Amino acid sequence: MTRTNWTFAAFLVLVLAGACVAPFLVKPYTLEILIIFLINLILVCSYRIPAMTGDWSLSHVVMMGVGAYTTALLSTHLDLSILLTVPLSAIVAGILGYIIVLPMIRTRGFGFFIASFAIGEFVRLTWVKFRDVFGGPRGMIGIPNGEIGSIDLFFATPSYFFMLVIAFICLTIMYRIDKSRIGSTFVAIYKDEELAEAVGINVPHYRALAFATGTFFAGIAGALLAHRLGAVDPKGFDINTMVYLIIWIVVGGSATFWGPIVGLIVVTFAFEWTRPLLEWRPLLFGGLLIFFLVFLPGGLESLLAKIRQRLVPGQNDDAAASPGTAGE
Amino acid sequence: MDSATLLQTFANSIVAGSIYAVIAVGLAMAFGVMKMANFAHGEFFMVGAYTVYVCYGLMGWPFPVAVLMAIPVVALLGVATERFIFRPTRENVLAGFMATAGLALILQVLIGQIWGVGLMRSVPTPYMGALDLGGVRIGWQRVLVIPSAIAMLFALWYFLYHAKAGKALRACAQDPETARLQGININRMTMLAMAISGALAGLAGALMAPIHPVTPYMGHGIILTAFIVVVMGGMESIAGAILAAVLLGFIHTFVTTLSDAVTAQMVGVACMAVVLIVRPQGLLGRVKA
Repeated sequence: MTRTNWTFAAFLVLVLAGACVAPFLVKPYTLEILIIFLINLILVCSYRIPAMTGDWSLSHVVMMGVGAYTTALLSTHLDLSILLTVPLSAIVAGILGYIIVLPMIRTRGFGFFIASFAIGEFVRLTWVKFRDVFGGPRGMIGIPNGEIGSIDLFFATPSYFFMLVIAFICLTIMYRIDKSRIGSTFVAIYKDEELAEAVGINVPHYRALAFATGTFFAGIAGALLAHRLGAVDPKGFDINTMVYLIIWIVVGGSATFWGPIVGLIVVTFAFEWTRPLLEWRPLLFGGLLIFFLVFLPGGLESLLAKIRQRLVPGQNDDAAASPGTAGE
Repeated sequence: MDSATLLQTFANSIVAGSIYAVIAVGLAMAFGVMKMANFAHGEFFMVGAYTVYVCYGLMGWPFPVAVLMAIPVVALLGVATERFIFRPTRENVLAGFMATAGLALILQVLIGQIWGVGLMRSVPTPYMGALDLGGVRIGWQRVLVIPSAIAMLFALWYFLYHAKAGKALRACAQDPETARLQGININRMTMLAMAISGALAGLAGALMAPIHPVTPYMGHGIILTAFIVVVMGGMESIAGAILAAVLLGFIHTFVTTLSDAVTAQMVGVACMAVVLIVRPQGLLGRVKA
């Protein structure tokens, strides 16, 4: 192990230790926010997987909703345990993601963005339309918080630790994907699609794979959310929520694994601080989104990379490559 | 469906198709010139409707004056969007698009905070009564939409094909580099394209204000339809946008009559998915060389 690896490992241990003592130090309200934060953490990291190939979608929150609705159906009708609903929801979201991406793959960049918006809306409208199954515009209620053995996840602290474990597992897998050959393949497709094709990469296959992997993890986030909130409704997964996910990614950046996480942390803080300005909040975050896209298109991670480059001159830093810039 | 309902639905489809055409042409045009994809186009529509609400509903100006007011107001908004969002993000289509999603949030909050969020603003119908066509009755307010849309689209066609600035705009859409070599100011052209795009959205919103519930969030439903139309028509093709708008106008209206609005929206999306699979470049789009 090199020195940076040791620093990184120490940092990770520190963060995990902090995460383990946190629920005993904070107020109940803050703990609820931390639980939602862990769910969002899975969501925001899963968004980056298809984004690595250059496919920014507008259907990701809807796919999270697919996970949430699957969980709602499985746990209210079949009474399945949370240990089963979460993986099953992820599988359903992953398979549905693979199906919906097939027509979308015909498009690239901006066209993909729009097509995913429309197809996501199609999925969302099925929940509104089929009232008997999905509860229509009001959604579904009475989803159990779940229990593991004799531990009731209704209580915030056990729920928090359950989410922490799931989030840790998901993030570890996603990190491994990022560093693996498949992850490099995804990035190769983004960097130069024709070259990738020329060296024998089956581009449509890998794009579909990236998308389905992303929706798989979004399904996990959705399942956890449904169990925590106890209710799902179509409005919660609409384009407005999607814009907030975009804001996390844009603020943090998407060139490295850590960018979206940084964005989520910063925006979650900003979100809580602006609680008194409730009705003005969309305006502030809309302004934030424009500010970052116009003045700092690489997000905060590019700022960090720039600072690091200045401190350690001569270091070759690939993080400075433009993120979120899957152009035409 | 009996023949009277059929005729009625047919007439309603033409009204819907005309309004979709005016909205989608604006979107396609901005995209054609320097790839400006405006997510706030639905909010431009909303601002147009609010201009009529304020000028006609609150201040009591004559309705046609209020409608004409909406054109410069929203055109100006378009110009500002070009200058402060699209120009700095020109090399990246997605960035401009996402930034205008931010603009959509800003406009919704501003309008909502000034004129209220909860209740919808009702704009009194200026032209009462209905046109009677052998048993089919269409409110005058709806009839008015059709000639207004045709006049606007005809004016746009005349401008693009006969005015010097219009020709320059088309040149810029075809090949910005070469256009610049001919002495065409690209910045001025993108500004002009956004002004026209905004004017069209504003006009559509203004015409719809007495028919459509006026709320800060009315742009939401519009933007999805507009994007379906533009993708089906072939992104940059104005003729394609008009064709797809009329098609979708018929599809939406007939499915709404036979079933419900949610199903109509779903069928519209499904049509778009089919077009994407069979003909990814859109109905009248050209395959890029």
